[in-house]
Amino acid sequence: MSTSITGRSAVDELPGPDGRGPLHGDGAGTGRLGDRLFGGAATASGIFVIALVTLVGVFLVAQAIPALQADQASFLTSREWATAGAEPRFGIVDLLWATVVTAVIAMAIAVPLGVAIALFITQYAPAWLSRPAAATIDLLAAVPSIVFGFWGLTIAGQYFEPVATVIDRALGWIPFFAQPEDGPSAKSTLAFAGVILAIMVLPIVTAISREVFAQVPTAHKEGALALGATQWEMIRTAVLPFGKPGVISAAMLGLGRALGETLAVTILLSSLNDGAAFSSSIFSGGATFASKIALGIQEANTATSTGALIAAGLVLFVLTFVVNAIARVVIERRKAFSE
Amino acid sequence: MKTLRFGQLASIALVGSIALAGCGSDNNSGSGTTAGAGSSSAASDCFTGTLNAEGSSAQKNAFEEAAASYKAACTGAQVNYNPTGSGAGIKQFIAGQVDFAGSDSALKTEEKDGVVETDAAAAFCGSPAWNIPMVTGPIAIAFNVKGVDSLTLTPAVAADIFTGKITTWNDPKIAAVNSGVSLPSTAIKVFFRSDESGTTENFTKYLAAASDGGWTAEPAKKWTGKGEGKEKSAGVAEGVKSTDGGITYVEWSYAKDNDLGVAKIDNGGGAVELTGETVGKAVEAAKPDGEGNDLRLKLDYATKEADAYPILLVTYEVVCSKNKDAQKGKDIKSFLKHFASSDVQKSLEEIGYAPLPSSVQTKVEAAIEALS
Amino acid sequence: MSTIELEAGPRGGAPAPAAPPSFAPKSGPRALRDNLARIVMWGAFVLGVIPLVWILVSTILKGGSMLLESQWWTNSQAGITDRRVGGGAVHAIQGTLIQAAVTTVISVPVGVMTAVYLVEYGRGRLARAVSFMVDILTGIPSIVAALFVYALWVTTFGFQRVAFAVCLALVLLMIPTIVRSTEEMLKLVPNELREASYALGVPKWKTIFKVVLPTAFSGIVTGVLLGVARVMGETAPLLVLGPYTPVIVTDLFATNMATLPTMINQSRSENLQPALDRVWGAALTLILLIFLLNLLGRFVGRFSKVKS
Repeated sequence: MSTSITGRSAVDELPGPDGRGPLHGDGAGTGRLGDRLFGGAATASGIFVIALVTLVGVFLVAQAIPALQADQASFLTSREWATAGAEPRFGIVDLLWATVVTAVIAMAIAVPLGVAIALFITQYAPAWLSRPAAATIDLLAAVPSIVFGFWGLTIAGQYFEPVATVIDRALGWIPFFAQPEDGPSAKSTLAFAGVILAIMVLPIVTAISREVFAQVPTAHKEGALALGATQWEMIRTAVLPFGKPGVISAAMLGLGRALGETLAVTILLSSLNDGAAFSSSIFSGGATFASKIALGIQEANTATSTGALIAAGLVLFVLTFVVNAIARVVIERRKAFSE
Repeated sequence: MKTLRFGQLASIALVGSIALAGCGSDNNSGSGTTAGAGSSSAASDCFTGTLNAEGSSAQKNAFEEAAASYKAACTGAQVNYNPTGSGAGIKQFIAGQVDFAGSDSALKTEEKDGVVETDAAAAFCGSPAWNIPMVTGPIAIAFNVKGVDSLTLTPAVAADIFTGKITTWNDPKIAAVNSGVSLPSTAIKVFFRSDESGTTENFTKYLAAASDGGWTAEPAKKWTGKGEGKEKSAGVAEGVKSTDGGITYVEWSYAKDNDLGVAKIDNGGGAVELTGETVGKAVEAAKPDGEGNDLRLKLDYATKEADAYPILLVTYEVVCSKNKDAQKGKDIKSFLKHFASSDVQKSLEEIGYAPLPSSVQTKVEAAIEALS
Repeated sequence: MSTIELEAGPRGGAPAPAAPPSFAPKSGPRALRDNLARIVMWGAFVLGVIPLVWILVSTILKGGSMLLESQWWTNSQAGITDRRVGGGAVHAIQGTLIQAAVTTVISVPVGVMTAVYLVEYGRGRLARAVSFMVDILTGIPSIVAALFVYALWVTTFGFQRVAFAVCLALVLLMIPTIVRSTEEMLKLVPNELREASYALGVPKWKTIFKVVLPTAFSGIVTGVLLGVARVMGETAPLLVLGPYTPVIVTDLFATNMATLPTMINQSRSENLQPALDRVWGAALTLILLIFLLNLLGRFVGRFSKVKS
């Protein structure tokens, strides 16, 4: 079965001589009334989806513009976020930093781990374990975001303290890994939020990688083994190169999810006070786009404060848009190159 | 069962949803027996139906307690409270979306963002809208310092702590107001509300009024001091609880529930412990600021009166003095009467609020009586 | 990507072209590397399972007892405060199911028809644009979907935040899931079936409706169920658009409707034992619901007449 928990599959169809997939319909209609109606309804649904995405963009832009015009600071370069009063000043630098850092940490953990788990399931696990193992990792996707956040804060977080200390001791000479003097407790840092995000995107990365690894032609694998390769060499030379584009798109989809994840981050992260010096450490606090919106929307009573949050949402939308577009391009290129 | 058909599936879904609907019950009266309080005062004029209110999260617990005990006495009545924040509550009230609003500041009489709240509310009601003080919630300065059980703070020292000027617990400024307490050299960790909140606004109002220039920033819902931001009251309380050297400002109930130390406040008239009585005394000293039954209270944050705890938050119920729907007016009246009754008010003390002092309570009851 | 280059020479072990295939034991660094890789893969799996087991165990330990009380399944939280034990989660369970059902009812026709368009009709630029937009929709963060509906529903139309607005936001998240899974299923329907139908003179729309869709039916249902499972655990749209209420509400356009995620969110705001028990109880209920849907989805998938 090729449906995945993410609802998308990296299964590719090999295009036929006429350029369309062998399992595609012929794309032609007969011009009968029923056909025109049904085909029209299908086309209308497609256009509706386009309209929907366009509407999302248009609405966010329309609501953000008045607030952006009222903004006394530079939206793209300011670190402030004060939306109340007649002279609002707000910018996204801090939000962008926290969003990107947590997402990058999540990817740094989830991609290698997810790929390794996918390899385990498709190549290493004994036959009886393979399916249950896949189902087990998929089960992680059934745990809602808010539960991850609450679990991270109240149960798992305390065990991150020693981990943070170890990282600080070993790599503390790099500012990125140094624990700041008056930083928040380890469970409220960008680093730990990244770890929790990693657990949350793990099933996505694993599921898609698993699907592409399972597609590696047996001939390739057996060929490698017949040439005397060890299992690892076979994976390195046959499985990984074949699956690389799939893994990249899996990583991109995971990244998209990590960038926009809301509740877990909102619950975990400590935010910085106004005017706090910028810290490049992963053991600092902060707010991501999503957590800022979640924290602010309840008390957003004025057009400016709502608009500022919507503008932040717009940036997040563009960010995930770009990431997904890259994933798309990678998949397209893979299609073009396969066989 | 090789093929599932639309029809089969639809019928399964239908049967499922029918089975689901109607099996639930809102009747928890059997388990709510501890409510007890105030059941006698409301039993006489129960209404049947639903009232919706929205607003300040600071009065959420008090409201729910009152709503629960009201329901225990009047099984057919349901009073909902949606703690979305004062601003949202007032906005919804003016838009006619809720029956009344809860707010931690009275309706504003001056223009803000093109709207004068008092006028807008009066225009919606067709009669003046009244602010009825219902719940007073003291804000505790909660701390967690190993080996320190009792701590006294003056507004100036508190302002220095919350602006980051004092960074360790054994700072001479703290020691000066805490003779006899051995203070460790632990670093001070300030926690603040990262969401916008009426608690932050009232606390900064206090600091600005009482600290003699120690707090210079404009009081606002958004924290402007130093520290580490946590989500909601539960977040800051949890932060202090899990951090040695932590300090925050939080509603009393959260300090109690998390077993945090609560600082005594010395405004100049001696150290005042946070208790129901000391809060009541401060509320009693508050000056009425509205006309007639519109009971705005003006708090004197800088009060030097002995035994009056000065860091307070008064939350109001914002109601139409004359409801367009007469039945609604009666319903609201019945519930608020219950809310203001001394039994209910007393029961609120257990959960970290302070009862209305009797002089204020009399005025409140008179105002509620005048509602229609 | 069709050729395999097996590196020879420096890594040793590759036989000289003329020599017969070498079956020499894989020794030294190669065997070491192979074993190391095996250990790493097993380790990775174990590492991935740890958080899952940890979360499930703590949820069951802390919330399991709530679910064993009968009133958890029969009563709401009306009249219960965070300080009191008692009451149930039926209001939240109902709310979650109602919202999921309404979301599904709206999403399925749009999603399935879009997939039909992509597979059976779509060609050229429009089809590529639709496909791209579906991808964008797949990646849209739930909080952005919620903000969009907020901007539309609350700030533009001036409506109240009601359960139906939540459904609209969830529809946005569910459509791409359904489109993608349905698309995969429709692609798996053999072309011979379509051609046989055409050959009998059946019009295209009837072919799709009576042959293609029924053939892919189980697969589509599976995709839908997995899509429902995904949106059920979403919290961000509920936070923005669907305030909590402790009572049973079945009217989608009434003020508030409780759901399991908002019940968790509400209860976690108080560090009191009864409230914390409810957090874990509601969390376990929600995980069970999502898990059951997943299981059901996989079960229905077994009846699929088309297999990849």
